Amino acid sequence: MNTLVPFIPFLPLIGFIINGLFGKQLSKNAVGLIGSGTLLGSLILSVACFNQIGASGPIQVNLYQFLAVDGLNVGFGFLVDQLSVWMMLIITGVGFLIHVYSVGYMHDDDGFYKFFAYLNLFVFSMLLLVMGDNFMMLFFGWEGVGLCSYLLIGFWYENRSYGEAARKAFIMNRIGDLGLLLGMFLIYQTFGSLNYAEIFAKLPLIRVEPGVITTICMLLFVGAMGKSAQIPLYTWLPDAMAGPTPVSALIHAATMVTAGVYLVARCNGLYAMSHEASEFIAVIGLTTSIVAALIGLRQNDIKKVLAYSTVSQLGLMFLALGMGAYTTAIFHVTTHAFFKALLFLAAGSVIHGMGGEQDIRNMGGLRKAMPITFWVFLIGTFAISGFPFLSGFFSKDEIFAYTYAHGGIIWWALGALSATLTAVYMSRLLYVTFFGDFRGTHEQEHHLHESPLVMTAPLMVLAVLSVVGGLLNLPHFMGLGEGEWLAHWFGGNGLNNMPVVPLNPLHLEESLEWGLMAITTVLALIVLLGSYFIYQRSKNLPVADEAQVGLSKLFAHKFYVDEIYNFLFVRSTEKLSKLLHYYVDVWALDGLVNGVGKGVQSVGAQFRKLQNGNIEYYLIGMVAGAILLVLTMFL
Amino acid sequence: MLEIIKSVPIDYYVYLSSILFCIGVFGVLIRRNAIVVLMCIELMLNAVNLLLAAFSTYLSDGQGQIMVFFIMVVAAAEAAVGLGILVMIYRNTKSTDISFLDKIRN
Repeated sequence: MNTLVPFIPFLPLIGFIINGLFGKQLSKNAVGLIGSGTLLGSLILSVACFNQIGASGPIQVNLYQFLAVDGLNVGFGFLVDQLSVWMMLIITGVGFLIHVYSVGYMHDDDGFYKFFAYLNLFVFSMLLLVMGDNFMMLFFGWEGVGLCSYLLIGFWYENRSYGEAARKAFIMNRIGDLGLLLGMFLIYQTFGSLNYAEIFAKLPLIRVEPGVITTICMLLFVGAMGKSAQIPLYTWLPDAMAGPTPVSALIHAATMVTAGVYLVARCNGLYAMSHEASEFIAVIGLTTSIVAALIGLRQNDIKKVLAYSTVSQLGLMFLALGMGAYTTAIFHVTTHAFFKALLFLAAGSVIHGMGGEQDIRNMGGLRKAMPITFWVFLIGTFAISGFPFLSGFFSKDEIFAYTYAHGGIIWWALGALSATLTAVYMSRLLYVTFFGDFRGTHEQEHHLHESPLVMTAPLMVLAVLSVVGGLLNLPHFMGLGEGEWLAHWFGGNGLNNMPVVPLNPLHLEESLEWGLMAITTVLALIVLLGSYFIYQRSKNLPVADEAQVGLSKLFAHKFYVDEIYNFLFVRSTEKLSKLLHYYVDVWALDGLVNGVGKGVQSVGAQFRKLQNGNIEYYLIGMVAGAILLVLTMFL
Repeated sequence: MLEIIKSVPIDYYVYLSSILFCIGVFGVLIRRNAIVVLMCIELMLNAVNLLLAAFSTYLSDGQGQIMVFFIMVVAAAEAAVGLGILVMIYRNTKSTDISFLDKIRN
């Protein structure tokens, strides 16, 4: 098995190389087959790893030492423990379904082979990120997924605004990456190593100033903020919807944006030692969750709503991390990967059927034309809203139970508010899109069709997963066996025979847990039903952005955050650049260089007059020179 | 014969060759006719030759006279080439005025 582990990331890399180099010559079927097939291979190997780890503990493979400088030894090594293998299953599993879906979705695109090459490269980088056994490997993967995200957001680069969205994502991620990099430097300075095994072994013994661990945690979290779109670095994610929809599903919902959650969960030992950093994460997570949900209420682009929903759900994951519920966060990552990938892909199916239309005001009544898409979208909506016994119900309620136990009732109430808002914007999206009468143009109505099986099959698989995903970590009081399977799995022995994520049992009365669960569930149900009456019965349609007033206007304009950033950072940077351009470049540097040139030229112009071609003149000069020489010799 | 030559003081030779040299220099500077200019150059060379020969005799050292032969050979070659160029110029311009060389400036 150990020799096969490196093949898990390298299979998609091989797919990338084949599709990238020869994709143009290959047929579309062959490209799709290579792209999906390599991922299926990785998925099978990941499942094999999963089986072995349960029996014999983590697998460590060191391929070679690629950096050995004065005490800094970094190997190209893989660590497959319970946490990594779980992420690998999500990445390859959901990734495989999305690859299959893309075969149908991208079928008419000229860049078909390029798309699959990028997707495979992304999966390779993402697997490197979660499988690396040190921070340097994580950083490689981190940068790799950032690059692929950039390439895929700007996939339709002919459109200028898409290219700008790609650059925005790239630059905002760079800000976060700086934090991650600084955090790595500080880790190396403190622990003398970048290896997880060495760092976590030293962790209980180390004696450092109390601020150091907090600083490390904060810096790593800055990296997570960028990658996982948390306040203040979240504005790139909604713009990232410029990419093709499978990209939004894979990168900007299911996998890449959860890299920050993985990072914090991986370093749970560090975060457990820093109360301040954990609290900070919880505050940021909860704020992001509510703000993004509020913005999501008034968006009319089907993908933008889902994007803000993703930001909001990521916020909930960080809330869980901040509350010390690392397993719960990964649990929500898992269920979120299922239902958000499902929602995005279903949205893609809608866009495909509508011939590129993304504005929900021009949709309506799609229920009849696209029955499969409608049903899976309904399941996704119910799952994310916390409809009883669907996957989102369990993961969310676990987050809120921990929030109540560690934060208190106010934290819990704010979290419940965010969950209720989720139900509001999701049901609005569902009813406006699929119920009522069709509001698009006549051609669109004519074009409207259900997507082919290659697209609907992954949807159905994801729908099943969204329904049953909650069984992975049933609360202990639900009575099905021991419950909390995932928590016990993560509690198994990992590196240095320490649990990967220590068990963190809830100390709440069972009746209280039932009660908390009941409140959020009833709220979600009221919203789901109430919205039906608002949007379906009274045909209450979203109005144009310009017609919004008051709070709605604020939400529709995303709290003007883009404008504020534009004013504070973009414009001031531009002004500084212009000043530097004018004074330093044009005035000082160009002035110096051109001045030297001009000086030489003008001196030359004076000397040129001597060279006038008149022989007598030269002769006089020669004689005068000779006389002068003689005179200097004698005088 | 040697006595006759030595009966003239060396100073006189120096004066004579200096005067001849200066005449040559002024001729080169003032005259515009290329033939006259060439002749003036010959005059300067021969002024130097005279001085070399005179000193050679007074110092009883043959090297100066060898030098004179060298200069005469070079002068002959120079005159041949210079006159050749001049003939070509004359054929093209019907003039031997050296100021015509201004015109090939550009």
